[in-house]
Amino acid sequence: MTAKSFRFVSTDRRVREDRRFVVGKGRFAADIAAAGTRHVALVTCPHPAARILAIDKAAALAVPGVHYVLDGRELAAATQPLLAGLDTPKVPRRPLAVDVGRYAGEWVAAVVAETRALAEDAAELVRVDYQPLPFVLDGEAAYAPGSPIVHADHGSNVLLDRTFVWGEVEKDFAESPHRLSLCLKWGRSSTVPVETFAALASWDPWREVLDVYASVQMPRFPDQVALALKLPGSSVRVHNDVDVGGSYGVKRGIKHAVLVGYLSRRLGFPVRLVEDRLENMRAGDGHGPERNFDIEVAFDEMGLIRSMKMRALDNVGAYAGRSPFQLGKPIGAIVGPYRIQSVQYRAIAVTSNKTVQEAVRAFGQSPTNYAIERVIEEVARHRGLDRLEVRRRNLIRADEFPYLIPSGTTYDSGDYHAVVDKVVACADYAALVAERDRLRAQGLLAGIGIAACLEPSGANSTFEPLLNPKNETTTYTDSCRINVDLSGAVTATVHTLSAGQGHETLVGTVIGEVLEIDPDRIRVVRPDSLTSLPSQSPVGSRMAIMLGGAAFHAAQNLKARLLAIAAHDLKIAPERAAYGAGDVFERSAPQNRRTWTELVTIAHRNFHRLPPNTEPGLAFTHVMQVPTGGQLPTADCRVQMYPCFAFEFHLLLMAIDPDLGKPEIKRYIVGHDCGTVINPKIVRGMTMGGIAHGIGAALYEEFAYDAQGQLVAQSLMDYLLPSAHEVPPVEIIHHVTPSPHTVFGQKGSGESGYLGAPAAIASAVNDAVRPLGIVVNSLPIKMAQLGDMIAAARDKSNTVEAPK
Amino acid sequence: MRVELIVNGERRTVEVEPRMSLLDCLRERLLLTGAHAGCEHGVCGACTVLIDGAPARSCLMFAVQADGYAITTIEGVTPAPGELSPIQDAFCETHGMQCGYCTPAMILTAHALLADNPDPTRADIVDAICANICRCTGYAQIVEAIALAAERMRGLNQPARKP
Repeated sequence: MTAKSFRFVSTDRRVREDRRFVVGKGRFAADIAAAGTRHVALVTCPHPAARILAIDKAAALAVPGVHYVLDGRELAAATQPLLAGLDTPKVPRRPLAVDVGRYAGEWVAAVVAETRALAEDAAELVRVDYQPLPFVLDGEAAYAPGSPIVHADHGSNVLLDRTFVWGEVEKDFAESPHRLSLCLKWGRSSTVPVETFAALASWDPWREVLDVYASVQMPRFPDQVALALKLPGSSVRVHNDVDVGGSYGVKRGIKHAVLVGYLSRRLGFPVRLVEDRLENMRAGDGHGPERNFDIEVAFDEMGLIRSMKMRALDNVGAYAGRSPFQLGKPIGAIVGPYRIQSVQYRAIAVTSNKTVQEAVRAFGQSPTNYAIERVIEEVARHRGLDRLEVRRRNLIRADEFPYLIPSGTTYDSGDYHAVVDKVVACADYAALVAERDRLRAQGLLAGIGIAACLEPSGANSTFEPLLNPKNETTTYTDSCRINVDLSGAVTATVHTLSAGQGHETLVGTVIGEVLEIDPDRIRVVRPDSLTSLPSQSPVGSRMAIMLGGAAFHAAQNLKARLLAIAAHDLKIAPERAAYGAGDVFERSAPQNRRTWTELVTIAHRNFHRLPPNTEPGLAFTHVMQVPTGGQLPTADCRVQMYPCFAFEFHLLLMAIDPDLGKPEIKRYIVGHDCGTVINPKIVRGMTMGGIAHGIGAALYEEFAYDAQGQLVAQSLMDYLLPSAHEVPPVEIIHHVTPSPHTVFGQKGSGESGYLGAPAAIASAVNDAVRPLGIVVNSLPIKMAQLGDMIAAARDKSNTVEAPK
Repeated sequence: MRVELIVNGERRTVEVEPRMSLLDCLRERLLLTGAHAGCEHGVCGACTVLIDGAPARSCLMFAVQADGYAITTIEGVTPAPGELSPIQDAFCETHGMQCGYCTPAMILTAHALLADNPDPTRADIVDAICANICRCTGYAQIVEAIALAAERMRGLNQPARKP
C-alpha cells in the first residue's frame, strides 16, 4: 500500500479525544466519586532503613471520622506479594512495609477516614517506633561486598547479574588498532505526570466483584490485582473508560490498587487513594533508571567501531517489579543504528535504600542510547575526526536492511543516511557551525549537539524469558472488536486505558480506512476488564502497530463477511464481488449491488438469505500477536526483541552563559522516521513532548538524595519540569521508510524524541565546554554544577597563565 | 463557614471548613471537576481558574478567601452543550494537548491572555503559559493553538474580505 492510496491514514485529521478535554470533561480517576467513599492517607517511614518495632494506632483511631488504620502485617497475612519480573522470591514487594522499612517515604500504615484531610490529620497521630538500620544508597556500593543488604533473606543486593556475549568480541578487540573506555552515569529521574496516581476500589460482597477505577498504565493490571488479593480474575473489574492524566510508563499502581482493594473488602465501603505530590514523588514507586555504564570499544583508524563491551548497573531501589527488565529491552537495539559486529553486555540490577524504580518512557533504551552516542563522540575525538562523519561511517546503510544485529534482533527497515542528510541540509550544518563560532567569539560557550538513535517499537515482552528462564512469555497481545449494529452503526473497542495517546482516534482512522467510511462515524468504546479481549497496555511504542493492527484485521474480517453475504445474495461467485465505501457490487455490473443497509439487515434479520454456516449479526474480533514474535530466546541468548525500529536524528545549537552555566537552546532540528504516520498531529505531539522530556532529563530533573538517605526533590520546586521557557521551538523533518511487518507500514512513535534528546543535549554541552578542558559524563547536567565546573576550569587556566 | 461565590456567573452558597482549598471546594462541593489537582503547591498550574478574570491557583487559595469574587472555571467558558469556544476549538485544531489533564487550565490562561492582548507574539504566549506545566506536548502545539485562536478571534465580527 503506498501513501497515496490512503483516504484517512496520514491525513491531518483532528484527534477525537480532544473535544472532551478542552471542555474539562475528561474522566480522570479523581473525578469518579462513588457514594459513601472513604479516603486514605499514608503513614510513611522517615528512615532509609529501619526495623518497625511497634505501631500505636490508638490516638488516630480515637479521632471522630477515622475508620481504620491498616498495617503491613495485617495486609501481608491476607494478600500475596506483588508480582516480580525476575525470579527473586526473597525480595517480596508489598503495598505496606512488613516489619522493616527500606526507603524513606515507604508506606508503613494506611489511615482510612471520612475525608482525605481527616485521614492526613490522623496519619500524624499514628505513632511508630523505629530502630534505624544501616543503609546503602549508591548502586555500586550496594553491589560491592560488605554492603548493607536491603533484603537480608535474599543474601545480597544483586537481583540480576548476567553477561551476554554476542559474536567474536575478544577476537575483534585483539584485531582492532584502537580502543577506548568511558564511564557514564544516567541520573535518577522520571516522567512525573501532572496527574498523580489515583485509585478507587469498591467491593460488592453480594456480586463478589471488586470495581477498580485507577489512572493506570500497566500490562496485566487486573490479573495482578486479583492475584495479590487472592481473588479469581473474574472478581476484579478494572474500568478502562478512565482517562489517565499522563503516564509515559510510570503509572503502574499495583500497590495502590491492592491497598484500596483490600480496604474496601475489609471495611465494606468504597475506598479511594489519590496521591498528593509528596506521596507521588517519594513513594509512588515511579522513579526511573539510575544507571552506571562502563564501556569499552574497539575501532579502526577510520573510526569504525568493530566491537563493544558494555557494563550497565542499574540501581532499582528497594524493591523490584518489572524494573530490572529495563536492562533487557536495550538488548534489542544494543548497537543503536550502527554496524558494530560484536558485543559483550553485562546487565546488573541491584537493590538500594531508595524509592522503587518503575518503567519510564523507552523502558531503559534512552540511557543506553545516550551511552552509545557518548562513545561515538569519544571515538571521533580519539581519531581527530568530525563527529558527524564518524556517525555516517558507522551507520547501517539502507541497502543492508533487514539488518541482523549481534544480539539476534533484526531491524526491519530504515534509511538512516537519508534522514541525516535531510536534517543536515535543512539545518545548513555549515551555517550552524559558523553560528556556534560566532557565539563563541562573543564570549559565550557554544556547542552543537548531535544524536542518532533508534526507537524500538511494537513492544513485545521477550526480555522476560531472556532474563527470567522460568518465564516463557512469547506473546504480548492487543485486541479489537468491531460490532455493526442493526442500525448499521459501527462500534469498535479499545481494551486498555489510554494516557493521551489518542487510541480512539487511531482505531477510528484504521477502521475508516479499511471500510472506506468516515472515521468520525465510528464509535470507539472501552469495555471493562471483564468484558475485554486480551490486551496489555500502551507500553513500548506499540499501539499504532498492535491496536492499529488488531483494528485493521477485525475490519478486514468484517469486509470479507460483507462480500460473502452480498455475493451469496446476488447469486454471483465471491471473486466477482467488489467492496466500495460500504456497498458490495458485481465488478462487471456495478448496478447489481447490495448497499450497506441491506447487508446489515440480511446479517441481523434475514438468516434465510445468509450463506450456509454463517453466524448472524456482524461482530468481529482480532487478537493480535506481535509481528516477528513468538519465539523463546536461543540457547546463546539471541532474541528478536521488538519488531519495528524507528529512527531519529537530532541536531541542535546550544549557548551557555559562562558565568551562570545557564544553557539556552538556540536551534533544535530533529529528523524522524517512524514509517507510515497514521495521525500527523499525534506523532508530532509525541515527538515534541519526548524532546521536552529529554531536555528535562538532561538538564533539570533529578531525584537527588542527601547522605542521610532522604529524597531531596520532594516537590515541583525541587524537581524541575521544563516549562514553556525551557523548551525551544523544534523543527521536525519527516522521512518515511515503511515497516514490512505492519499493516500500513507504520512503526511506533510513543517514545520518540525522548530516545535521542538527552544524548543530543549531552553532546551539545560537551562540545561547548570541551575548549575549557571539561568533559561531562553524567546526566543531568545541572546549571549550578556546570557553572561551578566552568568557574573551576577558568580559575585553573588563569593560574596556569599567570606565570606568563 | 458559609461562603458566597460567584461561579461562572451564578451565585453559589457553600458551607466549608476554613481549611478547604478553593480547588477542593470547586471539585467536591460544586462538582466542577474541570479544575485539576497536580501539585497542590502552586507550581504546575493544573488548578488554574480565573478570579475576576485573572488566572489564579485554586490550590493555593482557601475557599473562604474567594468569598464574593467572580470565579470562572472551564465549565464557564464552554458556550453551550456540544459547542466550543474559539480557544477550545483552536486547541482541537492544533491538537494542543495529549492527556488533557493540564488542558482546562491552559485554556483559561489563554482566555485571560487574549482578553488583555488580542495580538500576542510567541514570546507573550510563552510568558503567559510558562506557569502551566504540560508534560505531554512540549508546548509547541499549545503555543500554536493560542496563536491560532488569537488570529481567529481578531477576525470575528469583521466584514468578510472581498476576493
